[in-house]
Amino acid sequence: MIFNRKKLPGRSLAAMATLVVGSFFSLHSSVNAEQLGWPEKEELTFGFIKLTDMAPIAIAYENGYFEDEGLYVTIEAQANWKVLLDGVIDGRLDGAHMLAGQPIAATMGFGTKAHIITPFSMDLNGNGITVSNAVWEEMKPNIPKMADGRPVHPIKADALKPVVEKYKADGKPFNMGMVFPVSTHNYELRYWLAAGGIHPGYYAPHKGDSSGKIDADALLSVTPPPQMPATLEAGTIYGYCVGEPWNQQAVFKDIGVPVITDYEIWKNNPEKVFGITAEFAEKYPNTTIRLTRALIRAAQWLDENNNANRPAAVKILSQSNYVGADYDVIANSMTGTFEYEKGDKREVPDFNVFFRYNATYPYYSDAIWYLTQMRRWGQIAEDKPDSWYVDMAKSVYRPDIYQKAAESLIAEKKVKAADFPNFATETGFKPPQSDFIDSVEFDGSKPNAYINSFPIGLKKGDLL
Amino acid sequence: MNSSATALRQLLTNQASSFRYAAMINHVLKNMGIPLLGIGLFLLLWAGAAQNINTSLGKFPGPSAVSTQFVALYNEHVAEREKADKFYQRQEKRNAERMAKDPSYQAKIRGYTGKETFLDQIFTSLITVSSGFLLAAIIAVPLGIAIGLSKTLNMAVNPIIQIFKPVSPLAWLPLVTMVVSALYISPDPIVAKSFLNSMITVTLCCIWPMVINTSVGVAGIDEDLVNVSRVLRLPALKHVQKIVLPAAIPMIFTGMRLSLSVAWMVLIAAEMLAQNPGLGKFVWDEFQNGSSESLSRIMAAVITIGFIGFLLDRLMLQLQRWVSWDKSSAQR
Repeated sequence: MIFNRKKLPGRSLAAMATLVVGSFFSLHSSVNAEQLGWPEKEELTFGFIKLTDMAPIAIAYENGYFEDEGLYVTIEAQANWKVLLDGVIDGRLDGAHMLAGQPIAATMGFGTKAHIITPFSMDLNGNGITVSNAVWEEMKPNIPKMADGRPVHPIKADALKPVVEKYKADGKPFNMGMVFPVSTHNYELRYWLAAGGIHPGYYAPHKGDSSGKIDADALLSVTPPPQMPATLEAGTIYGYCVGEPWNQQAVFKDIGVPVITDYEIWKNNPEKVFGITAEFAEKYPNTTIRLTRALIRAAQWLDENNNANRPAAVKILSQSNYVGADYDVIANSMTGTFEYEKGDKREVPDFNVFFRYNATYPYYSDAIWYLTQMRRWGQIAEDKPDSWYVDMAKSVYRPDIYQKAAESLIAEKKVKAADFPNFATETGFKPPQSDFIDSVEFDGSKPNAYINSFPIGLKKGDLL
Repeated sequence: MNSSATALRQLLTNQASSFRYAAMINHVLKNMGIPLLGIGLFLLLWAGAAQNINTSLGKFPGPSAVSTQFVALYNEHVAEREKADKFYQRQEKRNAERMAKDPSYQAKIRGYTGKETFLDQIFTSLITVSSGFLLAAIIAVPLGIAIGLSKTLNMAVNPIIQIFKPVSPLAWLPLVTMVVSALYISPDPIVAKSFLNSMITVTLCCIWPMVINTSVGVAGIDEDLVNVSRVLRLPALKHVQKIVLPAAIPMIFTGMRLSLSVAWMVLIAAEMLAQNPGLGKFVWDEFQNGSSESLSRIMAAVITIGFIGFLLDRLMLQLQRWVSWDKSSAQR
């Protein structure tokens, strides 16, 4: 894999050159299609979990973008993230809507070991943290109010801390749900809790402890996304972090209150990715580029003309074979508003971002952020040098494939070059960002320094 | 006088025929009216109870909500078929375009990649259950005959049957899934793995009633018949064909009827748990969707499942009557 990568700049330059020449001589798309090469595998099965951020896959299918690439795709809902990952590893699925942490953890060998890569990042933001009505009532007095009586946002976990301490003093475990040990939701929930002084617990895989509850104030456990509201209603958990529509559904069903969106925890955080095995990408290079092209076009459609297509997208997603929740529930978050407490609807225009801000480009620095959180909470048990983080990110995130797909689309005038990073100069590392709820700065090129900057969490040299 | 006698006779016949009518109406009322009354009462109770059950997905669906869903499900089926037709048209066009540019291309028509409708799921479930049941019958009937004929074999096999008989499909399923994925490896499989998983689970669960009933039927053959066979010195196979099978057929079919109803119940559970295509998956998917229509769609599926189960049972009963010499054995 690493050898491949070293050869890539030359190869992609050549590809770019032929594409440019091609588009000079003929504007007809088929010329480029031939240069791209026909897909080696035409019948594909993709998996997804019932969440609104699977939208690019549904749209690429419904708008015929997959068919335009000569791909015949079947889309199948999966029961949970583990079933989905196993499906991709054993070949039952050719690719899937994945948690950003999944390809990284699988390649690293935390959980099932398999080399999974991603050529396409599916969206930014889109998650929320919801607590039960009872916990919300206890939290409310700790939250400052605006002039009209509504709580000031973003709500920090400081407001939850006294509640958790009370539960602890009463000897009641404070249970919360997240969707998977390496899910964005797990890291976001942990980030939020830790920023408010609540310890979410460590993992110790080298000792066989994969429950993540060592030293924990709040006990986090796995629940599949569609079952979150039901589990909250049953009282098994007091809160959860999940993607849409399952936060909005808690409001609709009157069983819980979303307190914060992940946009407020980390502005424009990378969320899902499209995962395939490294073997698939190697065996079917044209198919890989073509499916990436279809997904880029779908993402563009979703954000086009200032979200003008979102209502149409919501209609598709509410079909029972996709997300299947009610139109109104999905529309709440997809069309730029988010309902916190019942009736407290606020504008969050960037709650679901599919294309703008280079949302689809697989940045190495995004992968490194997940790696730093895995180290912070002990999923990576031992210290690793900065170079290890970079190498790991580069073996999973594959902007080279993305670049080929995007450049061929630009040559065909299906997308505008201005909507993409400048491929000639892009390093794959975003500039240092500090739009986090605790304002700690993240620089993807210095992972160890970042890990050391948190008050709660493992630091350099720590081993449980 | 004469005319009054005629009038009297007429009156009497009229009365007789009206008695006959009354008897007929009575008969119809009894055979149609009472079941209809039962159904009507049930619908009323259901509608009343549904009104008062509030779930987080809205009110529990009553009869009218469910009947609306039946119509909606059918309309969805029709719409999906139209989409499928367009899909095939586009595909042919695309294949032709590619053949023109790339003559070496082996064009082929791929199946529709869209969603399975409710009717498709019913069809999938029926195919799966009949395959699983047939496989079970092919194994169970010969095995049952062998056990019935030989006391030694019976004693050897009986404990195993008794232990496996009460095992739930849910316990078998993970094992079946893992074994199928390990053994059934083919780049271009003829049938899907998920189909095999459901089918084998069904077979494992519905094989036992057939084995037991067949063996009991065979073991209980009239001594006289066996003696006839001895006197005629029938060879073993002829003995089975001419004496054992005809005598055991009522019991074999009783076993099959039991098995088929077990098979149908097992299938729905297996599909639900393993996410294999079929009615069980339909129910699970709707549950996961949690939309305001989910419950009424699940209820529609419940009624469909029950109705199909009933039809399958009637079908077996008809088959049993048709092949059995003892017509009285197959009532109810």
